[in-house]
Amino acid sequence: MLFPFAWMIMMSLKTQVQNTAAVPVWYFTPVLDNYCNVIERNNFLSFTRNSLTVALAATTIGMVLGLPAAYAIARFRQRGLGLWILISRIIPYITFLLPLFLGFSKLGLIGSFTALITSHLIITLPIIIWITIAFFEDIPSDLEEAALVDGSSRAGAFVRIILPLVMPGVVTAGILAMIFSWNQFLFSLILGGPATKTVPVAVFNFLSYGSQDYGAIAAAAVLITLPIIVLSLTVQRYIVRGLTAGGVKG
Amino acid sequence: MSLAPTNTRAARRAPPPGLANWMDRNLRWVFPAPAMLVLFLLTILPLAFNLILSTQDRSVSDALPSTFVGLGNYGAALKDPRFWNSVRLMFLFTLMSVPLQMLFGLGLALLLNRNMRASGLVRALVLLPMISTPVAVALIWALMMDPNLGVLNYFLETLGLGRSLWLADSRLVVPSLALVDIWQWTPLVSLILLAGLQTMPDEPFEAARIDGASPWQVFRFITWPTLQPAIFAALTLRLIDALKTFDIIEVMTQGGPGSASETLNVYAYHTGFEFLRVGYTAALLTLLLMIVAVVAVGVNLLRRRA
Repeated sequence: MLFPFAWMIMMSLKTQVQNTAAVPVWYFTPVLDNYCNVIERNNFLSFTRNSLTVALAATTIGMVLGLPAAYAIARFRQRGLGLWILISRIIPYITFLLPLFLGFSKLGLIGSFTALITSHLIITLPIIIWITIAFFEDIPSDLEEAALVDGSSRAGAFVRIILPLVMPGVVTAGILAMIFSWNQFLFSLILGGPATKTVPVAVFNFLSYGSQDYGAIAAAAVLITLPIIVLSLTVQRYIVRGLTAGGVKG
Repeated sequence: MSLAPTNTRAARRAPPPGLANWMDRNLRWVFPAPAMLVLFLLTILPLAFNLILSTQDRSVSDALPSTFVGLGNYGAALKDPRFWNSVRLMFLFTLMSVPLQMLFGLGLALLLNRNMRASGLVRALVLLPMISTPVAVALIWALMMDPNLGVLNYFLETLGLGRSLWLADSRLVVPSLALVDIWQWTPLVSLILLAGLQTMPDEPFEAARIDGASPWQVFRFITWPTLQPAIFAALTLRLIDALKTFDIIEVMTQGGPGSASETLNVYAYHTGFEFLRVGYTAALLTLLLMIVAVVAVGVNLLRRRA
C-alpha cells in the first residue's frame, strides 16, 4: 500500500538514465538534481507562495465567518444548518464553478487572488464549521452563564471565554482547511492565472506539456505531498471527520 | 484561569450597550448569518444560476447573444451518444471501485481493530493515500502505469504475466483508474468502519464466546448488524464521491484514449471549459447532480429498509 510513495521518493532521487532503464534500478546513489531542477528552473517557490497565500487567506476568512456560526449551531442545536452543509456535498464542484467563472469573468477577476480565495471558501468554510461544532459542543454552557451573570454580553463571552477554550479545535480545523485548500485542483485550474498559479496546477501543466523528465515529475510530487503529510500527522484524529465534512453523518 | 479578572472587569462595566444587547437576543441567527450568507452566495446562488444557464443556448463569450431554449439542452444531451457513453463510464468506474473499497476497507478495519497496539503508527500510515494531493497521486500512478518504463509492467513480467498498456488501452483504462481510486479511498472506508467497530460494547462478544459461537456467527449476527450504520455512511460517501471523481481522471487520462475514460463530470468539464458550450454544460451538470442525488437518496432508503 505504501509502495507508490516509496517509488515516488526513489524516482525523485534517481537520474534520468536510471529512471528510464528497462529494468528498474533498485540500488543507486541518491542525487538531488531533480529537486534543484524543479525548484530553480520551474519556479516552484513562487507557486508555493501562491498556494500558501490562497490557503492562508481562505482559512482565515473561513475562521472569521465559520467560528461564530459553528458556536451558534452547537449552542442552539440548529441541526438544519449543519444538515445543509452536509447536503451541499452532493453537488459537483463544477456546478459551482461554471457560474463563478462567468461571474468573475464579468468582473475581470479571472486569474486574481480574489477569485481563487473566494472559491476556496467553498472548501474551507464547511470544514471549519463542521470540525469546530464538535469542539463547541464539548464546552459546558455553565461557563458562559457565569460570564452572563457577571454582566458580560454573550458575544463578549464568546470572544473572551469560549474561543480560548476551543483553541485546539480552531488549530485542528485550520490545519485541515489548509490541507484541503492546498490539495484543491479544479478551482485553481479554472479561476487561477499565470500570476496566481498554485502548485497542483503548475505540476499538472508541467506534465501536460509533455515533459519526459520522470525524476523531476516525481520530485515535484514529493514536494507537494511532503508538507501535507507532516501537517496531517498533527491532526490525524480529525481527518476522517474533515473528509466527511459534508459527508452523510452516521 | 483567566475567568476571575474577566469577571471583575465585566462587573465594573455598565450593562451591555444597545448593539451588544441586540446581538445577544438574536445571537441564534446573527452568528451564523455571515457564514450562511457567504455559503448561499457561493453555492445555492450558482446552483440556481446553473439551472437558468441550462435553459439557454449560450457560449462563454458575451459577443454571441444567449437565447432561451427551454429544455432543449436536456433533449440534446439525451440524444448525444457521448453523454450516454460518459454516464455508462461513470457507473462502470463507480461499480469497479466502490464495492472493492468497501470489502478491503472492512477487512482492513477488522485487522486494525484486532491489533490495537500497533494501530497508532499504522493509522498514521493508512491516512497517507487519502490526504495526499490528488494531482500528485495521479502523477505517480501515471508514471507507474507507463506502458514502456512503468514499474507495474516490470512486476507483471516478473510474475510471468504479459505487459499491459494500462491507461493507453481503451478497455483497461477504466479498471486502471478504478485501481487508483481503490488504493486512495480504501483507507477512508476502513477508518469509518474502525470507528464503528470501536464503539461496540464488549458484552455481546463475551456472551457469544461463552455460548460457543463460531467466528463467522459472531461476525454475521453481532458485528455486522452493529456495524451497519457505519457501513451505510461509508458507502454513501464513497458512492457520491466516486460518481463525481474528477482530479484523478483529468490528470491521468483527460478522459482518453479517445473518450474511453470520459465520465460525466469530465465530459461536462470538457464541454464547458474547452468547447465553451455553457448552456449545454449546465444541463449536463444538472443531470449529474440529479444522478448523484438519486443514488444518495436511494442508498439511504435501502438503509431504512435494512
